Amino acid sequence: MSAKYLVGFDGSEASKRALSFAVERAAAAGRSVVIAHVLEWSPYSFLTPTELEERHARRKEEIERAETALLAPVIAEMSGKGVEVETALKYGHIANTLNELANADGVEQIFIGRNGHSGVGARIFGSVAGTLVQIAPVPCTIVP
Amino acid sequence: MKHLYQRAFGLAALLALVLAHSPAQAQSIDEKVNQIFANSTGWFVAFIFSPFPGTSFPWIVAWLVIAATVFTLYFLFIQFRAFGHSIALVRGDYSDPNDAGEVSHFQALATALSGTVGLGNIAGVAVAVGIGGPGATFWMILAGLMGMASKFTECTLGVKYRNEFADGHVSGGPMYYLTKGFAERGLPGGGILAVLFSIFCILGSLGGGNMFQANQAHQQIAGIVGDYPGWITGVIFAAVVFAVIIGGLKSIASVTEKVVPFMGVMYVIAALIIILTNYDKIGWAFGQIFAGAFTGLGVAGGMVGALIQGFKRAAFSNEAGVGSAAIAHSAVRTKEPITEGFVSLLEPFIDTVVICTMTALVIIISGQLVTDPATGLYVVENGAIKTATGSSGVGLTSDAFASAFTWFPYVLALAVILFAFSTMISWSYYGLKAWTYLFGEGETKELAFKVIFCIFVVIGAAANLGPVIDFSDAAIFSMAVVNVFGLYFLMPIVKRELNSYLSRLKSGEIRKFSEA
Repeated sequence: MSAKYLVGFDGSEASKRALSFAVERAAAAGRSVVIAHVLEWSPYSFLTPTELEERHARRKEEIERAETALLAPVIAEMSGKGVEVETALKYGHIANTLNELANADGVEQIFIGRNGHSGVGARIFGSVAGTLVQIAPVPCTIVP
Repeated sequence: MKHLYQRAFGLAALLALVLAHSPAQAQSIDEKVNQIFANSTGWFVAFIFSPFPGTSFPWIVAWLVIAATVFTLYFLFIQFRAFGHSIALVRGDYSDPNDAGEVSHFQALATALSGTVGLGNIAGVAVAVGIGGPGATFWMILAGLMGMASKFTECTLGVKYRNEFADGHVSGGPMYYLTKGFAERGLPGGGILAVLFSIFCILGSLGGGNMFQANQAHQQIAGIVGDYPGWITGVIFAAVVFAVIIGGLKSIASVTEKVVPFMGVMYVIAALIIILTNYDKIGWAFGQIFAGAFTGLGVAGGMVGALIQGFKRAAFSNEAGVGSAAIAHSAVRTKEPITEGFVSLLEPFIDTVVICTMTALVIIISGQLVTDPATGLYVVENGAIKTATGSSGVGLTSDAFASAFTWFPYVLALAVILFAFSTMISWSYYGLKAWTYLFGEGETKELAFKVIFCIFVVIGAAANLGPVIDFSDAAIFSMAVVNVFGLYFLMPIVKRELNSYLSRLKSGEIRKFSEA
């Protein structure tokens, strides 16, 4: 099994920069790239009865949107760059889920973009990059 | 739609301002509303609570006691056998990580709890203890423990027979399991029961899920800011409910849903502090609860009165057997409907056995119930125990908490408003589901129900507690009559599911995902 680079991707400019950076290095090192998109979701959040009723339909919509509007274009963009690319679409806490994916066989480095939250904002809402560097099992590169 | 709710707010504020400046006129509006309401619902209340001939025991209470006992015995005390497994399911130990993104067991339980934990736990308990004495608490706890089996039965069926529509949304509840379950068993009458249930569910949503909430919220606010006409609270509440259910301001509901659990936790912590700081009275309080349960001495109605109040208020609070929770629980995504039955049985435990008991203990320990120094018996006046401040309902609970923390009525008022609001939103949903089952889905039809629901908020806040609580009880218990009747015929289906699941759990076919 060839070694892989894992890239956290949410369609933002920061994540696009992280992906380009990872792909360049993967091409040079002969690695493949896993583009991971995590849909933020907690099984412990509180929902109203209407939200409960619509949750299943909403999940379908979220997956379809992620596959068609986010992952499909990026895969098309990556073709011809000489790097083998695969995608992963997951639900959960972003940093924890990327960490779980990084624990899979063959992942030797994680790449993520930095969204530039202020210190206060990151403290209140949590920072994906901050959490990931604390828990990642492999080296983690944060692309500014 | 945006200016629809802006107009509603504006109109509500204007009405409140104009009529607040003419108290005599406003008071007469309250009185008229009360009189019309009491006259038009009296016959229904009288029928539901009519006693067995020659006794004072209402047949509806016997109906609920028998149902909870039957389910408890039929499923061999499932509420105690499955308790640990239920907690593991809520924790997500058995949830497939690949199914993430769906409604979790925790979410279904939390949503159902936010509809049930509320004024029943604060005001309802005060009503039970105020009339039936401390002994009512014993029967309330027993009703809660046995009600766990009723909830297990109905919520399993709610998931098993829910409807999954083409656009992906799911809808469930007694309406669906009564029709589909009866058809599956080849039994006639499922459709009639479903229609009857829907009618009573609409009345229940307007009564207990709406008017009772508005009424008690007004009483609590008036207790703090001073007496003023109830319809003013009603109009303001109606405007906010209107904004959420018609205006689509989901953010209000979604904020409430997040705040309510914290309010619940805070309420329990405050009760625990009062109980623990009076630790020397805990033994005495439980003594009063046990003694009162079997003697009912010095209490209106004696032992039977305590039992009736205990069971009535427990059923009103945890809604076991009523069928409403089956609607909230049915959205969970699981391959095994029985797992939602297991999870739902925690609901009466948290609601009644834990929270209601704490409220009752605080009222008893704080000495709000007046006793005769000569005999040591409770002093009964006008069919209820005399209280230290003359209050009843939510006012009694507020006084009990205020005896330890003078500032608590303010916090309680906020909690009551939020609890009342979240219960109203939940019940507007239950009522709407029943309404659309009867009349079909459609924007105009749904709008009609929502407008009626908002009007009843005002009526509930303006009417007196007596007629409101009687109608609320009658409407909710009539749901239980139909639902429980159906459950008797459908419980073999639940038993089949239970046996199959337990044997696969025992054989190791069903395992925790952490162990898989």
